[in-house]
Amino acid sequence: MATVSVCQYHRGGFSFENCKRNALLEADINKLGFSSPAARKTGTTICGVVYKDGVVLGADTRATEGMVVADKNCSKIHYISPNVYCCGAGTAADTEMTTQIISSNLELHSLSTGRLPRVATANRMLKQMLFRYQGYIGAALVLGGVDSTGPQLYSIYPHGSTDKLPYVTMGSGSLAAMAVFEDRYRPNMEEEEAKRLVRDAIAAGIFNDLGSGSNIDLCVITKGKVDYLRPHDVANKKGVRTGNYRYKHGTTGVLTKAVTHLNLEVVEESVQTMDTT
Amino acid sequence: MHFTVVFSGLSGVCDRLRQARVRTPAAGSFSNVVSVKMATVLQFPASVSTFNNYNDLYPDWTQREVSTGTTIMAVEFEGGVVIGADSRTTTGAYIANRVTDKLTPIHERIFCCRSGSAADTQAIADAVTYQLGFHSIELDEAPLVQTAASLFREMCYRYREELMAGIIVAGWDPRRGGQVYTVPVGGMMTRQPVSVGGSGSSYIYGYVDSNYRAGMSKEECLKFTAEALTLAMERDGSSGGVVRLAVISEQGVERQVILGNQLPKFSTV
Repeated sequence: MATVSVCQYHRGGFSFENCKRNALLEADINKLGFSSPAARKTGTTICGVVYKDGVVLGADTRATEGMVVADKNCSKIHYISPNVYCCGAGTAADTEMTTQIISSNLELHSLSTGRLPRVATANRMLKQMLFRYQGYIGAALVLGGVDSTGPQLYSIYPHGSTDKLPYVTMGSGSLAAMAVFEDRYRPNMEEEEAKRLVRDAIAAGIFNDLGSGSNIDLCVITKGKVDYLRPHDVANKKGVRTGNYRYKHGTTGVLTKAVTHLNLEVVEESVQTMDTT
Repeated sequence: MHFTVVFSGLSGVCDRLRQARVRTPAAGSFSNVVSVKMATVLQFPASVSTFNNYNDLYPDWTQREVSTGTTIMAVEFEGGVVIGADSRTTTGAYIANRVTDKLTPIHERIFCCRSGSAADTQAIADAVTYQLGFHSIELDEAPLVQTAASLFREMCYRYREELMAGIIVAGWDPRRGGQVYTVPVGGMMTRQPVSVGGSGSSYIYGYVDSNYRAGMSKEECLKFTAEALTLAMERDGSSGGVVRLAVISEQGVERQVILGNQLPKFSTV
C-alpha cells in the first residue's frame, strides 16, 4: 500500500527544526560523558551615559568561555559609524557580527541618503534584526552616539526590545554599575565628571562581578569628535612574582655522561618556489 | 501593503550548534502560553542549557526575556479618552527600566498601552504605526480608532502562538469620539468604556467595577485612573515606578507624569 506522508508546509517565521536536532546531539554527548563547548560570552559590564556635550560609553575587557577567561583584553566597544558606537554584552560572536552587519548596512544607507547616520536608525535596524531571530542571537547592546538631533543612548535586549534612556547598563555586572549610576548621575554633567562616573561604574562591575574584569575602555562621542580610549584605565595589572623557581647551573650534580652519535646523511634537497606576485 | 519583514523566517541561516532556550513565562505575564512551536522545545530535559551550570557567573535575570509586567488602563469620557500606565519593565527579578513609557503613539490622536513582552509589543506597535500611517495618507483623513484596533487584532491573532502581547488601543476620531478597544493575549478585540490590562490588573477589577460611573468628566477620569493604577502598583510586584497619564481629545494629547511621592495615598498602603 502506498504510504501517506503528510507534508507540513513551512508557513514562514523561524524554523525550529535544528533546535530539536541540537538538543538530541547534546543529550547524546552528555551520555558519553563529554560536554559540548561553551559559547564564548563577554560576561561583561557595559554602560553608557548622556552628558552635556554627548555620550560616554564604557566597557570592561574580559571575555569568558565557561569559567575560564578566554581573552584578557578584548574590545567590546564596536564601531557602527563615525558618530555612533555600540557596546556589546552576551555571546561574543553574536555582538561582533551583529554590529558589523548593521555598521555595513548603515554605511550604505548613509551613502544613499547623503547624510550622517542617526542613532535612531541604527537602533531600528538592530531591534528589527534581533526580533527576527526571536532572542536566539544573544546580543545585549548599549548603543550611543551624537547626530543632528543631539546625543542619544539606547539599550537593546536580545529579544529586540529597546529603551531610550539617559543612563544604561548591561551585562552580568550591570547591577553593580547601575548602583553607581543611580547614586551619582546628574543631567548635563561635564565631560570629566561623566568619564569619572562611567569609569567608576565599570570598575564596580569589574571588582564585584566574576564575569567582568581586566581593564576599562571608554569611548567619548561628541559632535564631530570621537575619543576611543583603550585602555582608559588598567585596573588589573598583572602582578610581579616575588620568588623564582629557576635553579642555578650546577645545582644538580652530574654522575655519568654517555654520548651516542647519530650518523645521518642528506638524501635529497629540493626548493619549491611560490609565486607571490 | 503586506507586512512581512518582522516575521519572515530565515531558515538555514541560524544553523549552528546552539542550545534551544526554554521560553519561560516572564514574571508578570498573566497566562502560561505554551505555543505549538515552543512545545517542541519544552520536551527536552531541563538541563539542556549549558548556561545553567554557571549560575554564579551569569545571574538568572541576564537570560530572561524583558517583560512589561505592567498595569495599564483606559477610560472613555465625553469628548475623549484617558489612558494610563505604570513605568516598570522587568527581566526576571531585575527592573531593566524604571521609567518606561508604555503609552505609545500610533497616530496623532491614537495611542496604545502595551503589556506583555517588551520586544513583541514594541515590534507590533512599530508595524501598526507604519500600516496606519500609510492607510491615513491613502485616505487623506484621520484614521479611525477602530481601524488601529483592527490592525492590532489582525497581527495579534495571526501570530498568536509566537506573541505575548496584551494591548489596549485608545484614541479620539471625528466619527465616534473617544473610544477604548482592548486586544488581550490571544487576539480578541472588543470595545469597552473602561479597560484594564497587565499583570496588575487582577488586583483592581473590583475597584474599577465599583467606582466607574458613566458620564464622568475628564478630571474625574484622571483621578479614577491614577488611583486605580496606584492601588495596582502597590500590590503587584511587576508594576511600579511612576504613573504616566494621557488625555486624548479633539484638542490633541496632553501628557502628565505622577512621580512616586505624589501618588494618591490610601489608608492601608
